[in-house]
Amino acid sequence: MDWGTLQAVLGGVNKHSTSIGKIWLTVLFIFRIMILVVAAERVWGDEQDDFVCNTLQPGCRNVCYDHFFPISHIRLWALQLIFVSTPALLVAMHVAYRRHEKKRRFRNGEKIDIEELKNEKMHIRGPLWWTYTSSIFFRIVFEAIFMYVFYYMYDGYQMPRLVKCDAWPCPNTVDCFVSRPTEKTTFTIFMLAVSGICMMLNLAELCYLVIKICTNGSRKTT
Amino acid sequence: MSWAFLRDLLSGVNKYSTGIGRIWVAVVFVFRLLVYVAAAENIWKYEHDEFECNIKQPGCENVCFDHFFPISHIRLWALQLIMVSTPSLLVVFHVAYRENREKHHNQKLYRNPGEIDGGLLCTYLISLILKTGLEIVFLVLFYKLYNGFKIPRLVKCDIKPCPNTVDCYISKPTEKMIFLYFLVATSCLCIVLNLSELSYLIFKHSIKSYLKRYMKKQQ
Repeated sequence: MDWGTLQAVLGGVNKHSTSIGKIWLTVLFIFRIMILVVAAERVWGDEQDDFVCNTLQPGCRNVCYDHFFPISHIRLWALQLIFVSTPALLVAMHVAYRRHEKKRRFRNGEKIDIEELKNEKMHIRGPLWWTYTSSIFFRIVFEAIFMYVFYYMYDGYQMPRLVKCDAWPCPNTVDCFVSRPTEKTTFTIFMLAVSGICMMLNLAELCYLVIKICTNGSRKTT
Repeated sequence: MSWAFLRDLLSGVNKYSTGIGRIWVAVVFVFRLLVYVAAAENIWKYEHDEFECNIKQPGCENVCFDHFFPISHIRLWALQLIMVSTPSLLVVFHVAYRENREKHHNQKLYRNPGEIDGGLLCTYLISLILKTGLEIVFLVLFYKLYNGFKIPRLVKCDIKPCPNTVDCYISKPTEKMIFLYFLVATSCLCIVLNLSELSYLIFKHSIKSYLKRYMKKQQ
């Protein structure tokens, strides 16, 4: 059980997405999930072991680490990816519900081809348009929230080399050194950039869907 | 043998669930299992190594850790996930039993073996009650074992062989607390989903049987 299952579910949604949605999904998989699992986790793997404070006082290191890193970057990214992928599940559920309804009509006597039903691409119209649009809206909101949380918790997106800590039981002020700060800053900025790209893709998709429904509507009235 | 087994089990259950049941499966997959495997497991990975006491006395750290963490949060979490998913097996077994009976008698005994009515409805309701009960039991266990859902930065330990009282520091307490609250929130969400599914099924079937009786009276 890992990101593979999420990938399988989201891959299913891919069929019913717009082209921009498909690009978003590709960016999510390759530049976020894969980078997280293959690279970022290794960089943050030894973060507490290699967090070194200039004191022999037992407990000082633990307390300082906890004070400066209430929740690790890597965990925040994992949560961000989970929350940002979840709205797509709404679309998957809606599509499954529509298929279920069609199957029920088939059982009640209407003629529908079962094989065609399985591979049918659902057009984004009617209630599905609302589900899809709200899922994109929630994605944008979650991305923004997490980007803000990162900024707020870590005072910007840079990982400092040195933090000064005076939490009890550290005697006076103690210098603590973060491990691999440059590599961590690089990955943080990379993930931030990809989040930004994903957010722009979602905004573009939202505009596209709204414009599509407006032009469809005006075509019907003229 | 890993979490993939649980994933396959839950996918099998999904087929015979109501709409709310499918939402429950999605919540368990995404917000509990995936968060556990992708994030939470790593936080508690080195909890014993990183547990530090202000003393050089050999054995003191071990004894204090064992006293304050009789069973680790992450193990309780894993047990909870397993126990809460298992009652759904009852439904799967019952459907398999129905299908076997049809094969044995070589005739169509049920309109649809997977449809939730009659005996299968009872099994489904029992599985829902068990799931809810187990969720509540684990939440109470968490609460009782750890004095609420808090994780302190510092614990004071005075068990032999520690001389006098010793300060012991827990690693990453804030991060652990955040994920603990996340666990409690998702458990409560699952309890709410189970209870609404229970009331929905009871309501739907009592209306159905009432209408049937009413039609019979008419005739």
